[in-house]
Amino acid sequence: MLGPVAFTAPWLLLALAALPILWILLRAVPPAPIRRRFPGVALLLGLKDDDTVTDRTPWWLLLLRMLAVAAVIVGLAGPVLNPRAQGEQAQTGPLLIVLDASWASARDWPAQSALLDDMLAEAGRNARPVAILRLTDPQPAAFRAAENWRSRLSGLVPQAWPATPAMMERALAALPEGDFETRWMSDGLARETRAALLAELETRGPVTVYESPAPILALAPAEIEDNAVRLTAQRARTGAARDITVEAHGRDPQGLPRLLATLPLRFDTDATTATGDLSLPAELRARLTRFEITGQNTAGAVTLTDDSLKRREVALIAGRENREGLELLSPLHYLEQALIPSANLLDGALMDVLPANPDVIVLADVATLSTAEQDALLDWMDQGGLLLRFAGARLAASDVSRSDESPLLPVRLRAGGRTVGGAMSWGEPKTLAPFDDGSPFAGLPVPDDVTVSAQVMAQPDPTLADRVIAQLTDGTPLVTRKRVGAGQVVLFHVTANAEWSTLPLSGLFVQMLERLAVSSAVALPDMAELQGTTWQPTQVLDGFGKLRDAETLPGIAGERLITDALGPDLQPGLYDGPDRRFALNVMRAETTLAPATWPARVPVRGLARAPETPLGGWLLALSMLLLMGDIIASLALSGRLWPARAAALILAALILPVPDTAQAQQDIDKELAAASEVVLAHVLTGDPRLDDTARAGLSGLSETLFFRTSVEPAAPIGVDLETDNLAFYPLLYWPVTPDQPIPSHEAYARLNAYLRTGGMILFDTRDANVAGFGASSPNGQMLQRLARPLDIPPLEPIPEDHVLTRTFYLLQDFPGRHSGRPVWVEAAPPDAEQVEGMPFRNLNDNVTPVVIGGNDWAAAWAMDDRGNALFPVGRGYAGERQREMAFRFGVNLVMHVLTGNYKSDQVHVPALLDRLGQ
Amino acid sequence: MTRSAHLRARSEAEAAALPPLMARAEHLAGTVLLGEHGRRRSGMGDDFWQYRPVMAGDALRDIDWRRSGKSDAQFVRQREWQIAQSVMIWADDAASMRFASNDDLPEKSDRARLLALAVAILLNRAGERVGLTGHTLPPRRGGAQIARLAEALTQDGDEEYGTPDLRGLLPHGRALFLSDFMGEIDGVSAALTKAADRGVQGVLLHILDPAEEAFPYRGRTIFESVGGTFSHETLKASDLRTRYLDRLAARKDELQTLCLATGWQYGLHHTSDSAQSALLWLYRAFDGGRA
Repeated sequence: MLGPVAFTAPWLLLALAALPILWILLRAVPPAPIRRRFPGVALLLGLKDDDTVTDRTPWWLLLLRMLAVAAVIVGLAGPVLNPRAQGEQAQTGPLLIVLDASWASARDWPAQSALLDDMLAEAGRNARPVAILRLTDPQPAAFRAAENWRSRLSGLVPQAWPATPAMMERALAALPEGDFETRWMSDGLARETRAALLAELETRGPVTVYESPAPILALAPAEIEDNAVRLTAQRARTGAARDITVEAHGRDPQGLPRLLATLPLRFDTDATTATGDLSLPAELRARLTRFEITGQNTAGAVTLTDDSLKRREVALIAGRENREGLELLSPLHYLEQALIPSANLLDGALMDVLPANPDVIVLADVATLSTAEQDALLDWMDQGGLLLRFAGARLAASDVSRSDESPLLPVRLRAGGRTVGGAMSWGEPKTLAPFDDGSPFAGLPVPDDVTVSAQVMAQPDPTLADRVIAQLTDGTPLVTRKRVGAGQVVLFHVTANAEWSTLPLSGLFVQMLERLAVSSAVALPDMAELQGTTWQPTQVLDGFGKLRDAETLPGIAGERLITDALGPDLQPGLYDGPDRRFALNVMRAETTLAPATWPARVPVRGLARAPETPLGGWLLALSMLLLMGDIIASLALSGRLWPARAAALILAALILPVPDTAQAQQDIDKELAAASEVVLAHVLTGDPRLDDTARAGLSGLSETLFFRTSVEPAAPIGVDLETDNLAFYPLLYWPVTPDQPIPSHEAYARLNAYLRTGGMILFDTRDANVAGFGASSPNGQMLQRLARPLDIPPLEPIPEDHVLTRTFYLLQDFPGRHSGRPVWVEAAPPDAEQVEGMPFRNLNDNVTPVVIGGNDWAAAWAMDDRGNALFPVGRGYAGERQREMAFRFGVNLVMHVLTGNYKSDQVHVPALLDRLGQ
Repeated sequence: MTRSAHLRARSEAEAAALPPLMARAEHLAGTVLLGEHGRRRSGMGDDFWQYRPVMAGDALRDIDWRRSGKSDAQFVRQREWQIAQSVMIWADDAASMRFASNDDLPEKSDRARLLALAVAILLNRAGERVGLTGHTLPPRRGGAQIARLAEALTQDGDEEYGTPDLRGLLPHGRALFLSDFMGEIDGVSAALTKAADRGVQGVLLHILDPAEEAFPYRGRTIFESVGGTFSHETLKASDLRTRYLDRLAARKDELQTLCLATGWQYGLHHTSDSAQSALLWLYRAFDGGRA
C-alpha cells in the first residue's frame, strides 16, 4: 500500500533494482550506425573523428528509456488506485445486498446504483454469488452470479412506499439459506421493524450498512390556513440552518403544466420542520396540482393537491330582495354565514353569474325562471354544476313542477305544502330521521333540536324513493336530489332561513352543505364519509415523485385510503371518488421523519466509494508512449530523422481518418458526364439482366441517332432513382418488372419535379406479346403501382396526327420487339380541332411527359459493341423491317423530347413563308 | 536493346534542341581519317571530285568502267579528299557513377551516358566521327554508329572508380571525358598528360550528385562505396563535412589545374541540374566558343 495505491504483485517491483545495471549497459552501447552508400567515401578515407562524445547514449535518452522500463515494471506489478480495504472485502462466500428501496432512497438512487454496480463488479471478480433483496418488494432471494444481477440492475427502482411490517416479515422469510455477508443500503429513515431483520442477518454473517448522511426531506400535505396555503417541510435529522424552496406546480389557463409559484422555507438550526404560508389568489389556487421541494426527486418531497385546496364559487340568488334591515329573515343570511369561510360567494342576477361558471348556484325560494334562464341553467348543470334550491312561500304557491316534473326540480310538488306544529295546526313539529346509508349525508349525527314546521311536499312518484336523501321521521322527504347530466339539482324542502325549520340554525346544516360539496372547508373526508365508497386511482406517484397513469390498478375501498399503509396495492397518487378527488400522499399530516438508528456494532458507511481503478494499463500505455519518443529521439540522434520524414510522420498521425470521398467523386463524375453530353438514361430496376438489356438498347439507339441525325449522344447511363439527380437526362427509359422495388417518397418527389420540368419517361411493360393493354398482366399491375404517385396527365393512344409520328420519320406504328399494342401519350386538349386545309390538329405545346407501351423497345434496339443486334426481332426481312421501325420510333422519340413543339409548329411554315414573301 | 533504344530516344530528344554541331578541326593535316570537310582537291572521300585519264600506276580496279565505256580512253574516278574530326568519348562506367542520393535524381552514370550520346548525335549530325575509347567502338559515322554507341554505353563496368581509358585515342583527335573523378587523381593526370602528348584536346565534364556536393549527413554512419570495396565509419558525420568539402574543392582545383596545363576544358555538372544546360556547355566547348 502506498497511500491510495496498492499493488497486486508487489514482488515484481524488485525488478526496479535492476534499473541501474540497465543504465550502465545502455550507456555503453552507442546508437547503431547507418550504413550509407556514398561514392565520395574515397575522399573521406583517412579522416578521423574529432571527438568521441557521442559514442555513448546521451543521458536524457537513457532517462527516457529508464522511465519506459520503470513504467513497464510498475505497470506489471498491478497498481490499483483506491483499493478495497482488507476488512471490507470478505474475499469469498455469498453476498446478500439488502435494499430499502423506498421513496427516501430515490434521491441517492444514482449513487446507490453506482455503488451497487461497483459491489457487483467486485463480487464478480471474486466469483462470489450475490442475492439482492428489496424490502419494499421482497422476493425470495436466490444467490446468482454477479453478472446476472448487473444485467438487471437498471430494473431496480425505488418504490414510493416504505417497507411495511408485513413486507419485513416476508423479507425475513425470503432470506436465503446458509451464512452470507450482508450489505444493507439504508434509506436513512427510522423504522422499528428493522431490528428483527438486522438480528437475523447478524446471525448469518457480518452486516455493513451503507447510508447517505444527508438528511431526507419531505413535504407534508398542504393545508388551508387563514386563506393561505400552509406548507410544512420536514427533515429527518436536525442540523445547521438550511434553506429550501418549495415549488407549486399547476396548470395554466390553457391547461399546460407550469410552475405557478415558489415558496422559500428555512429550517432553523436544530429544527426538523419548516413552515411557510403561500398566499395565492383563489383562481390560481384552484389550478394547483402539486407542491414539491426543489431538487429532491423523491415521492416524499411531493405533495399532491386535491379538491380540498379549492375554494368553490357559489352564486346565491334569492327570490325576493325587497326587505332591508331584517338580516335574520333574509333567505340567504344563513347560507352566507355557512359558506363565507370556505367558499367564494357570487352575487348578481342569474344570467350575470352563469358566465363565471360557479360551482354551485343556490336558488332560495325562486319559483319560476324564464325559458332562457332555464336553458342556460340546464346547460350549466349538464357540465357538472350543482343547483341547490330551497323551498319557500313562493315555491309553495307556484305551479312549478305541479303536474309534470320541472327539469330544474328533483320531484313534483304538491300544491301548497304543509304546516305542522304551528299555532293553527295539529301535531308537533317534525324531526329528522337518521340518514340512510346510500345518502350523501350518511353518518352525520342528527341533533334532536332540529325541527321542521313547514315544508313543500313531494308528489309520490315511482322515482321518488331514489331521489330522497334526507327525510323526516314521518317519512316525508326533506331533501331530494336528481342528477342532470354531469351535474345535479338538490332541493331542500324547507327555506334557507329559519322561517320553516330550525335546520339552518344547526351545525348539521353546515355539514350537509359540506357533504353536498357546496363548501369544502375540511381538507380530508372523514372515515364515515369514506365508508362503503370505492376510489379509483387515476395517477400514481413513483418513488422519484413523478406522476404516471394508474393504468389498470384496481379501485380502493374508501376507508383504506385513511387507515392502510402505503403499498403496492395502495400507491400514493390521485384517486377519483364519487364526487370528488382525493390526493393520497406519501407524507400524511401526522407523519414525522426520524433518522435511522443502527446499533454501534454495525458499521455504517457512506454511499460514496472511490472506485477501484487499476492503473497498470495506463502505466503500460505510458511506457509505450515513452518508447515511441525513444524511437524519434534515437532517429534524431543518429541523423535518420529528416525534417521531411518527421513531418510525414506527424501528418500521417494527424490525417489518418481520411474521409472517403471516392463515392462522392464518382457521383460527380457521373453527373459531369451526363451534363456535358446528351445522354439517354434508363432506370435501374435491380434486375441485372434487364438493366443490361436496357443499357444495350439505349446504346443501340444512341448509335443510330449518332449515325442518322445530328443528335450525338454519349454512352447511356443507368439511373438510380433514390440517389441520382435526374435533371441531366432528357429521356428516362423505365422497363417494368413485377418485382422491382417501389421508389421512395423522396424519389417520387424528384420524379414529379423531373416530369414537370420537361422530362419524359418511357414506360415499357415489355409484354405486348402476351398481354393487351390494361392491368391484366403482372407488369401492367406493377406499372399501375409504379405510376400511381406520379403526376401524369390524362392519356390517350397516339393519335394519327401526333407530333411523334413525324418528328423525324413519318411513322404510323411504333413496334419494338413486339408490335401491335397501342402506345399511350398525353391526351390532346379537348378543344383541339382540325382546321380546314390543315393536315394536323393544333395540339398541345408541350412534350408528353410519359409514353407508355409494352413493345420491349430496348430489346429491339439492343446492339453489342460491334453493332450486332442482341435479340432477334420477327423473322427474315419482315423482322428486320420491324427493327428498323423500332429504331425509327426511337429516333422520333428522342427528337420529340429534344425539339418539343418545334416539329409540331413546322406545319405553319408554308403559311409563315407565304406571309414573309409578301 | 530496349535499354539502349530508350537511351537513344532520350538522347535524340536532347540533341534535337541544338543546331548541328561542327567540331572545329584544328589539326586537319595530321589526321588521315576522312570526313566531310572537303579539301578542294582529289583524295580519299565519299563525294565525286573528277574523272581523270588513267595514268601509269593506277590500279586496274580503280578504272571507272561506266565512264570509260562512253569513250575510248580509260578514266579513273577521283573523289574529293575529305577529312573529318574524330571525337572519342569516355563515359565513366565504374560503380561510383551508379549513385543517386535521391529517388528523384538520375544516377550519375545515367546522366553521363545521356550527355555522351547527345553529344555523339550532335557530332554525327555535323558529320564528325564519334567513337568510344578503349577499342570498344572505333570512330565512325552514320546512324548505325549511334545505335552502336547507345548499345555500348549501356554496359556497366566492374571497377570501383573509373580511370580514363586512352586506348584507341587517335592522335590530334578530340576527346570527351565524363566522370565523377572520385578515384585516384593520378590516373586522370596521367591520362590527360598522355593525351596532350598525342595532341588530343578535349573536354572534361565533372559530374557530381548534389549530395556529394553538400554532404548532408549526420550521426553515426558507415559510408560505403557503391561497389562495397571501401568503407569509412564515423561517429559524427556532421563533423566530417567541412573536411570533406575541403577535399572535394581540392580535387576540383587539381582537375582544373590539370586542364589548364593540358589545354583541356573543365566543366562541372550536377545531376540536379538539367541535362540541357550541360549539353549547351558541351556544345560551346566543342564549337570552340571559348576561342
